This record gives sequence, C-alpha cells and structure tokens, in this order.
Amino acid sequence: MTGLAFLIPIALGMGLFGLAAFFWAMRSGQFDDMDGAAHRILIDDEDE
Amino acid sequence: MNAPVALASGQPAQFRDTRFTVPSIRCAGCIAKIERELPKLDGVERARVNFSAKRVAIHHSASLDDVDLTKALRAIGFEAQPVSENPLARDDADTRMILRAVAVAGFGMMNIMLLSISVWSGASGATRDLFHWLSAIIAIPVIAYAGRPFFASALMALRYGRTNMDVPISIGVLLATALSLYETATSGAHAYFESAVMLLFFLLCGRALDATMRTRTRAGIGALLGRIGKSASVFQPDGSCLRVSAEELQSGMLVLVAAGEALAADGVVEQGDGAVDNAMLTGETTPQTVGAGIEVHAGAINVLGPLHVRLTAVAGDTALAEIARLMDEAGQSRSLYVRIADRASQLYAPVVHSLAALAFIAWMLAGAGWHQSLVIAIAVLIITCPCAMGLAVPAAQVVASGALIKRGLLVKDGSALERLAEVDVALFDKTGTLTLGAPRPDISALDDTTRSIALGLTQASRHPLSQGLAEALISEGVKAAIVEEIEEQSGQGLTGRWEQAAVSIGQPQTAQDGMASELTVGDLHWTLRFNDPVRGDARQTIDRLQSLGIESRILSGDISQSVKRVASDLGVPAQAGASPQKKLALLEGLKADGHKPLMVGDGINDGPALAAAHASIAPSTASDASQQAADAVFIGEKLAPVAFAVTIARQTMRIVRQNFTFAIGYNILAIPLALFGMVTPLIAAIAMSVSSLVVVGNSLRLARSGKDET
Repeated sequence: MTGLAFLIPIALGMGLFGLAAFFWAMRSGQFDDMDGAAHRILIDDEDE
Repeated sequence: MNAPVALASGQPAQFRDTRFTVPSIRCAGCIAKIERELPKLDGVERARVNFSAKRVAIHHSASLDDVDLTKALRAIGFEAQPVSENPLARDDADTRMILRAVAVAGFGMMNIMLLSISVWSGASGATRDLFHWLSAIIAIPVIAYAGRPFFASALMALRYGRTNMDVPISIGVLLATALSLYETATSGAHAYFESAVMLLFFLLCGRALDATMRTRTRAGIGALLGRIGKSASVFQPDGSCLRVSAEELQSGMLVLVAAGEALAADGVVEQGDGAVDNAMLTGETTPQTVGAGIEVHAGAINVLGPLHVRLTAVAGDTALAEIARLMDEAGQSRSLYVRIADRASQLYAPVVHSLAALAFIAWMLAGAGWHQSLVIAIAVLIITCPCAMGLAVPAAQVVASGALIKRGLLVKDGSALERLAEVDVALFDKTGTLTLGAPRPDISALDDTTRSIALGLTQASRHPLSQGLAEALISEGVKAAIVEEIEEQSGQGLTGRWEQAAVSIGQPQTAQDGMASELTVGDLHWTLRFNDPVRGDARQTIDRLQSLGIESRILSGDISQSVKRVASDLGVPAQAGASPQKKLALLEGLKADGHKPLMVGDGINDGPALAAAHASIAPSTASDASQQAADAVFIGEKLAPVAFAVTIARQTMRIVRQNFTFAIGYNILAIPLALFGMVTPLIAAIAMSVSSLVVVGNSLRLARSGKDET
C-alpha cells in the first residue's frame, strides 16, 4: 500500500504534464493552421 | 524560415502587421512563393501564410501601405484584399475556451476513473475513503472549470424564465457532486464524481464538435469576404492623395478610385471615363459605362481607368447600408427559431425532474429514510442526464457538414441544417444563381492560332469580358501566344503586337445585340458574342428538388424578357422586376401561408430575401453581404449542391431523430433500475459511455451518404 503514496502523485503529475503541454500548444498557435502544416512539409528549402 | 531582409541602415525601423485574405492559395507552392517572394520587397520583414484561413499576415515597415502590398501580391500572381484585424477573433476565443474545458474534463475523467475502478474492484475502509477524497479534490476544480459553459447558459435561460438543454445538465451535475461530497464526508459506499465529470466530458465533446464545424466553414466563407472598399484615396487641398478609412470619409470629399479598386461610399463621377462593375449591388454582369455626372455606389468595382469621384453619401447613408439595414431586420425572425435539441429538452426536462421528485416522495412514503430517498432521486437524475442527447445533434451535424464540404457546400452552423431540412418551396434568383453570372464567349469561330493570340492578349486584363474570354480559352486547353506591347485603353480595348502583326480586341465596329467583342489580327476580324449561360445542371437540380417535394420558382430583379427565356427553358414559373422590398414581401407572404421557403440568390438585392427566408443558399461568387446573410455557400459552376444540401439535411434530421430514440431508449431501460435504488456508479458510467458511443457511431453513417449519391 505504501506504493500508492508514490504511484498516485506520479499518475496525477503525468496527467497534469499532458494537460500543460496541450495548453501550451494551444496558446502558441500550434492548431491555428492545420492544413497549412500538412502542405508545408512539401516545400523545398534548398534554394534559400 | 526566410532570411530577413537587410534594412537601410540608420533608418528607424517601424513595423506593423497587416492581414490579407488571399482566396487563391491552393497548394504548398503558393505558400512557398508568397513567403519567399514578398520579403524580397523593400520594407517587408516577413510574410506568414495561414493556409486554412487563406490569409497572409505581413510584417512590414510603416512606409508601405495596403495598396503597395496588394500590388506586390498581385505581381506574384495572387489577388488579395486587406482585412481588418482578425474579425473571427471572438468566435475563435469561444472555440478555444471549449477545447480547454474538454482537455481539463478529459484529464479529470481519466484520473477519477482510475480511482473509481479501484473502489469498484473492492477497495474498502480507509483506502476507499482516501480514494473518494482524492476524487473529490480532482473533481471539484475540474467541474468548476469545465462546467462553466453549461452553468452560464443554464443561468441565462433561467433568468429569462426559459429552459434549455443546459438546465437539466447543470442540475444533474451539481446535485451529483453535492451528493458525492456528502457521501465522501460520511464515509459512504458510493460517490458519483466520475459520472459527473464523464457527463461533462461527453457533452463538451459535443460542444467542441459544434464549434469546430462553425469555425471550419466560417474560415472558408471569411476567405471570400472583404471585397467592399474599406478605405479611399482622398485628394488633399495641395493635390496629393491621402488614404482615409471608410468610416472617416465625409460627403463632399473628392476621391481617386484606381482601376480594380472598390468604392467605399456613394458619389458622382467628376472626371474620367470608364466602367464600373456593379455585380455586388445588382448582380448584373455587364459593366456599366460611367463618365462625368454619373452616380456610382459603394461596393461597385472600377474596372477601367482611374476615376475622380465626389462623395455624396457615406457610411450609414449609402445604398449598400440601406440594404444591410433591411437584411438586419429580416434576419430577426430567424433568431426566434428553436433548435431541435432545445425543443427536445423542453419536453424532456419536466418529465425527468418530475420522475426524480416522484421517486423521492414514493420512497419517503414507503418508509425509507430521507437520506436513502434523496440518493435514489439523485441517481434518477444522473442516469437520465441527457449525455447522449447532448451528442446526438452535433455529432450528426458535424459529419453531415463534412460530407457537404466535399460536395462544395459550406453550411454555416447546425441550425442552418435543421432549417434546410424543413424547406418546401425554393426561390431562385436568375443572374449569378441560375446562370453563371459571368459572361462566356462563343469561341467556335476561332482557329487554334487566333485562340492562342486572344488568350495572350486577354490573360492580363481585368475587364470582365477579357476575363470571361480568357477563362473560356483556358478551359479549352489553349496555350497563350506571346503578344508584346500590350496596352489597355479604357473603354476601347486591348492592343498588342504578335509576330509583327498588329492585334487588338475591343468593341465591335458595328453595333451588336448584347455583349460582343471584336478580335483583330492584321486585317482579319472576328466577332465574339458573349452571353451569360444557365448553369449546366440547373434543370436536373430543379427536377431533383421537385422529386423531394420542393417546388421551384424564379424571383429576379432583372427585366422580364431575359427572365422569361430562362423560365421557359427550365419550365418553372417566374416573377421578374422584383425590387429587394418586393422580394421580401413575397417571402413574408409565403411564410404567412405556412410555407418554409428556401431562397437561393447572390446579388446584394437578394440580401434581405436571403435573411428572411426559412433557409438560404448563396453561390461563392455572391456579394459579401449575401454570403453573410445566407445559411450556406456553394462553390463552383454546378447548382447540384443546392439539391444535395436539402437531401443531406433531411438525412441528418433522420439520424438525429434516431439518435434521440437511442438515447431515450437507454434511459427508459435504466430508469427502473434507478427508481428501485439499484443504480451504482458503475452502472451509471457504463450506461453513459455505451449510449454515447452508439450515438456517435450512428452519426458516422452520414459520411457514407455523401459518396452514395453521386
């Protein structure tokens, strides 16, 4: 049972980390241009 | 991404951001071209394309203005219009708020479920209490955050003495949380935290779907918007020009309207000869020739040489604004429409709440203590909470709108689909709706060489006839010949040189019926007749609508002769010469007779009718105002999406009704268990997830219907 003292905080911490990552991604505009991201990988960078 | 351009040294760099809508961004090549070529221009720091919204954000020095940047974009091959600072920002913020709530509810649901499963699988005593307390600590902030959209909406409804779907949801969630807290504090066996959070999660998914559908189609429509003049070049006393925004214009000002620019206010031409394209106001395709003394209206586009215009009416006094006011008033009736989910909840909520109350009273009478009676009453509320019902409508509508987008129709929101399903009469505008609204030439007289010369001449011109000719030639697969020294004289036409021969295209020497141009190569002449063809599948579409039980009529502002011809071609009754007010009156008459009219139109003169109709569709070539007033916008030359929209809308409503039946069926099965006090949190959780999955699965069937009916 002492394992719970570690495991529950770890589970919650990982969940919170995922939540924080999602909030960061939304704030920094990762979801603003979904179709554009799909097309951008096709652009060649060589002539820059 | 791009190497920054070196600025002239010593110059204080003052940068600003300007957004442009660029509808013609279609591929990765376009993104690369814009982002690479624009920064080569002096003063442009960087350009960033948003492909989904078809927008370009340019970070540039203050020395460049909108006109310079529009020119720069046109030089690399993109038509662009400046847009005001992110008009969709408010909608966007709503969507983000809901997505955040989904994430928070999802996080809470997973962690509480983890603890709940341990309790269900036999944890007892101090462990169970600990887990319940942990659940409470997670659940309370999660419910406070993720429940806000529902609580706010329920409060709003109650304040106005109405009820909506959010009232039973809020009551259920709050009571379940309060009961669970009490149980936890008194070391009870059951806590319903996971049910409350799971309910919020599923419902928020429904909301998020609904919001995604709105923003997705709005981005598509927004990209087509913004063609009305937002500023004008005003002559200063010293003869120079100053860019003034539309709101700050005053009547009496003298403005310079460059070729290709849209007028921002009404006025009278003082100097210059040319033509304006009034398609936005009247839907008429032939450019109107204008000269000194002629009145021009806001929204008209100058297609030839520069004009000097003395403004007579600005801002709220323009003809355009008058129509906008009519549209606003006409649109009021639509906001009274009650969506199906709210209609269902008006029946559902009283039934559920009285059931819960009855259960409480019955158990009290039967001699159970007030605690047990209350637990049972709340269990009834939880098990009947309209979880699947909250998903039933948005899930079906999102899938349907996805299927419609693939077929070239953008539906603005779910309520539009519900209203489209109910229409029983269709009214069509003629020009631009039944017809293409763009002049197309008869090019059968030309051989391959002359065709390529004609394309070489016309491809760079912005005159509507030239554009129509170039489009017709390109669609025939013609390659342009190299024509040099091309010059465009306003009102006359184009001249150039091809392999030493003088070539020209312009007004015919002899007067012709309707629109025509004359192509000259050396000494040879060809006359090209233009007409505005009826969309290829107009007949089939009207037949399809007929088979759906929808009668079609033509309601046009055009002169009766051309309307009669189209009407007899298509075999439908027609009314010609209808003013916006008359169209509006006719629609109100139909509605008073109990009909639910569908209006299909494009011109701004259709705007009030589009706003007043039970449902409305506009082509993507329609005026901005009409697109905004319409419930849906179709893209391309085919009229078929109109009939398809009605078919899909009706299928969607069928699926929605099935979903409701499923959702209510589950509840009917579960209610007896709840009434007899046999619902444990485990049963509540299973019932909720299974019914939600069934509803979503059923809705996905709509995606296939898009492919069946080709």
